[in-house]
Amino acid sequence: MNVEPPVRVEDKLYYNRYLVDIGHPHVKVRAHTTPSPQLLALLKACPARCYELNDDGQVEITVDGCIECGTCRVIAEPTGDIEWSHPRGGYGVLFKFG
Amino acid sequence: MIEERFDAIVVGAGMAGNAAALTMAKRGMKVLQLERGEYPGSKNVQGAILYADMLEKLVPEFREEAPLERHLIEQRFWMMDDRSHVGMHYRSDDFNEERPNRYTIIRAQFDKWFSSKVREAGATVLCETTVTELVRNERERIVGVRTDRRDGEIHADVVVLAEGVNGLLGTRAGLRARPTPDNVALAVKEMHFLPRETIEARFNLKGDEGVVIEAAGTISRGMTGMGFIYANKECISLGIGCLVADFQRTGQTPYGLLDQFKRHPSVAPLIAGSEVKEYSAHLIPEGGYKSIPQLYGEGWVVVGDAAQLNNAIHREGSNLAMTSGRIAAEAIGLVKSRGEPMSSTNLAIYKKMLDDSFVIKDLKKYKDLPPLMHTHSQNFFLTYPQLISKAMQNFVRVDGTPKAEKEKATLKSFAKARSWTGLFGDAYRFARAWR
Repeated sequence: MNVEPPVRVEDKLYYNRYLVDIGHPHVKVRAHTTPSPQLLALLKACPARCYELNDDGQVEITVDGCIECGTCRVIAEPTGDIEWSHPRGGYGVLFKFG
Repeated sequence: MIEERFDAIVVGAGMAGNAAALTMAKRGMKVLQLERGEYPGSKNVQGAILYADMLEKLVPEFREEAPLERHLIEQRFWMMDDRSHVGMHYRSDDFNEERPNRYTIIRAQFDKWFSSKVREAGATVLCETTVTELVRNERERIVGVRTDRRDGEIHADVVVLAEGVNGLLGTRAGLRARPTPDNVALAVKEMHFLPRETIEARFNLKGDEGVVIEAAGTISRGMTGMGFIYANKECISLGIGCLVADFQRTGQTPYGLLDQFKRHPSVAPLIAGSEVKEYSAHLIPEGGYKSIPQLYGEGWVVVGDAAQLNNAIHREGSNLAMTSGRIAAEAIGLVKSRGEPMSSTNLAIYKKMLDDSFVIKDLKKYKDLPPLMHTHSQNFFLTYPQLISKAMQNFVRVDGTPKAEKEKATLKSFAKARSWTGLFGDAYRFARAWR
């Protein structure tokens, strides 16, 4: 396998149109000291790379670039690690092509 | 918010929701459709291929009106290793017919048009409205919905849950289980724009002819998954999807797979010089027949992706969605015309009608395939593509090796990789699941 150049997800998200609902994140991570395996899986599985480790080794989410696929919900909602809702009406990602 | 009472509330303005709302509105029912996006289609993602037959039953004149991209005249299946692909192409001029069978579409544009038909038929369509909860009466029957609008409780005789694969309402209300990592795939997609002439030259097309390519092999790195490339008029939809459980297990990233797929020597020339205008992701129900939940109950029915109605083998999702939406609406219409309540007993007719349709018959036929593909993904998506590709190269490359020796080497490579018992076992398991 060839060595892979790093993929910049931020650049991909820049193509998209969003209406960010400031102050109303639709996905929340439960407070934790050590992340569960499910939470850690989201660092890689989230297609918008919304989940990142902070300096204390905890998983944080920034929902601004979320494309609302639900992958994190399927993986980490059953363990109670995250709370998932749809954004309020009209907010969030707005696909031009879909 | 809305004082009046409706015959039916449809949650979602995708393929299933629009089919249901349109069918009921045409029958003169008082229908409210709720959509959380800014406009119908703004939250919807699909490859996308439209099958004409299912839409024709709903809007017979759609070919004159709907925003269609290209009618498909060619289907390519690619089995890929890292540097090559072995392909099967089926191209037929028969598909250049007066009423073509399949089209590529762009969902956001298509859904806007589909929704305009729903409005024309008399339904009330309310966008930018997220339904937060189902409302029950004291006898546990669903009697309406609560939305995120002020005083947002609205009542109806029946609620049609067309809320998509990631629908929260049905699962929160305990009507069905949440999708699990091994029964949904995550697909990521980009829209690559190129001049029309460039697309037609690269894909060997004229006019509105179209091609789809479905690809499997080492591009999914041993996970259960497929890549796809669909030619639209002025853009190419390109994506790849794998089971969520496989992403979770392997730690592969979806965008890493997508970029590797784009760089593959068989793919890169098709999109060279394109301008990307959107990056999207979506879950696809892959569990098949065995993952279909309870489809109806006291005052509710569930349709489309929310009900896991997707034929992963034939890549048919939106037509199952449209058909289940239409059938649910017809069933509701039947109950209403008898003047009977929307009880579980009466709505059972929806399941009966769906069982009699191609939707359930097809899913039943393939009921054992998803588990087989999911548990043997390394063989089907990594080992075989590599072996077949090597065999092909061995067959076509002329280098002075006697042919008998070449064949022996090919057979040996198969036996070595999977053993004879393994090969026969896979063939047997596959044939049995297909039957």
